[in-house]
Amino acid sequence: MLTSFLGLAQTALELGLISSLTVLALFLSYSMLNVCDLSTDGCFTLGAAVGAAVAIAGHPYLSVPAAMGAGILSGFVTAVLQTKMGVDSLLAGIIVNTALYSINIAVMGNSSLLNMNKTETVFTKAKELLEGGPLSGQYKVIVALAAVAMVILFLSLFLRTRLGLAIRATGNNPDMVRSSSINPVFTTIVGLCIANAFTGLSGCLLAQSQKSVNIDIGSGMVTIALASLLIGNSFTGRGKIPTRAVGAVLGAFIFRLVYTIALRFNMPAFMLKLVSSTIVVIAISGPYLKKQLPMIKRRMSHRSGRLRADEYAQK
Amino acid sequence: MLKISHISKTFNPGTVNAKTALNDLSLTVNDGDFVSIIGANGAGKSTLFNAVAGSFYTDSGSIVLDDIDITLMPEHERARIIGRLFQDPMCGSAPGMTIEENLALAAGHGGWLSVLSREDKKLFREKLSLLGMGLEDRMQQPVGLLSGGQRQALTLMMATINPPRLLLLDEHTAALDPSTADKVLELTRNIVIEAKLTCLMVTHNMQSALELGNRTLMMDAGSIIYDVAGEERSKLQVSDLLVLFKEASGRVLDNDRMLLS
Repeated sequence: MLTSFLGLAQTALELGLISSLTVLALFLSYSMLNVCDLSTDGCFTLGAAVGAAVAIAGHPYLSVPAAMGAGILSGFVTAVLQTKMGVDSLLAGIIVNTALYSINIAVMGNSSLLNMNKTETVFTKAKELLEGGPLSGQYKVIVALAAVAMVILFLSLFLRTRLGLAIRATGNNPDMVRSSSINPVFTTIVGLCIANAFTGLSGCLLAQSQKSVNIDIGSGMVTIALASLLIGNSFTGRGKIPTRAVGAVLGAFIFRLVYTIALRFNMPAFMLKLVSSTIVVIAISGPYLKKQLPMIKRRMSHRSGRLRADEYAQK
Repeated sequence: MLKISHISKTFNPGTVNAKTALNDLSLTVNDGDFVSIIGANGAGKSTLFNAVAGSFYTDSGSIVLDDIDITLMPEHERARIIGRLFQDPMCGSAPGMTIEENLALAAGHGGWLSVLSREDKKLFREKLSLLGMGLEDRMQQPVGLLSGGQRQALTLMMATINPPRLLLLDEHTAALDPSTADKVLELTRNIVIEAKLTCLMVTHNMQSALELGNRTLMMDAGSIIYDVAGEERSKLQVSDLLVLFKEASGRVLDNDRMLLS
């Protein structure tokens, strides 16, 4: 029983860490910049596809920066559409997401599936490196952990710089950014580029760890990541940036853990997306409904004590 | 020196809702002038500020500030030389960020990737202590926790931390309770005098329009209908302003808030 739970926790840890990179991307775009980036699904797949294509071409190390670069490009397009070309923010994400479907298939060489069973990836490289050592079985966790640690470190330092503060203020009060002689167009573009670099990295690592990409690898990712982010938020609240970033990773891990345990209890795998959607709805509308509750109660008690207009008319 | 020449602005042109908010308005403000602006609702006072600050571009005319033609300069670039406060104390600061972070953004020292320096922190502390609100001991708290008056005082500090060439105050005490409003006005007076700022202030309070500054403008229907400074202004009473408005515009001043305050 214990070993099987440890096995579950191990899987949850690997998947949680890798997908937490997307959660950190949303932490930057959704929590900081206040942009709900719906291109996340497509960008995740883009990172996976580019990372796989480059690795298959024989460049395992280059695959990581390539995937991140592709993410930056995708984020740049989304950002330019919404800041410079009058496309609504949500619509810009949806448009880019749709366009990326074609691009992703093209990147994967007109196929919707790439196999990396015999390909050298960052994970196989790490496995070779750790061969025989005490941590040799944990190579996936180590690679993912290193990536997550670097991203958290980057975010913690970056969000303290003047540019980082400007990005946070853009999401908080854009008028104030303009009156501080900073162009919110610029901060939005930079923020979305960085966020999508992390999403691309996340996709790249997931594909390489499971040794395959298919075109659906990123579908529903934005909701899953949002659910994780909101779970993490409920732990850390409005703390300091590094705490909140760690909270986001913790949220991703908890989400995966609950999900893997549910799978264990014979929940079919296709339920993942329903579960993640439900979590997002509860996390967002929960606080809202809680605030409405006194008024709803008052309405109900008010109504029970008086006649409805039609009943009154019948008298 | 601010030199506004023949600016006009019509909203919704060519429709039934067309409204000429600024009508061939010209105005020259000398360095160090503190000008108060009064006028009925819809007279174009805020529109004038929006035009000068760059919230929109005027349909015609030009705006020159200290020999820099800012007529077509984007709003965020103008903000480098123009500071602005709004009526709503929530407008000028980011509620989810700390006092220190807000000030750091306003000061804008260093490059994009620079981090707040120790000297800046010390400077912010000193500046905040001048407000006399105890904010210097709350630098790590989010601005959202401050009261309206504290937030407006902070915004004033942020707008003037790098002395702007022009400060626009758009009824910046109107949303505050009377004693806080007095306090913020007092701070405004001190800061403007100390830094020798050139300042335009819209107010609905006729008394403070005459007390503060050295020049008073009255606006109606997108034009300046009365402009007074010097000795003539020092003799004016609030009742005189009401009579002057009626003479110049042919109507009774219809701003209730103005009459009541």
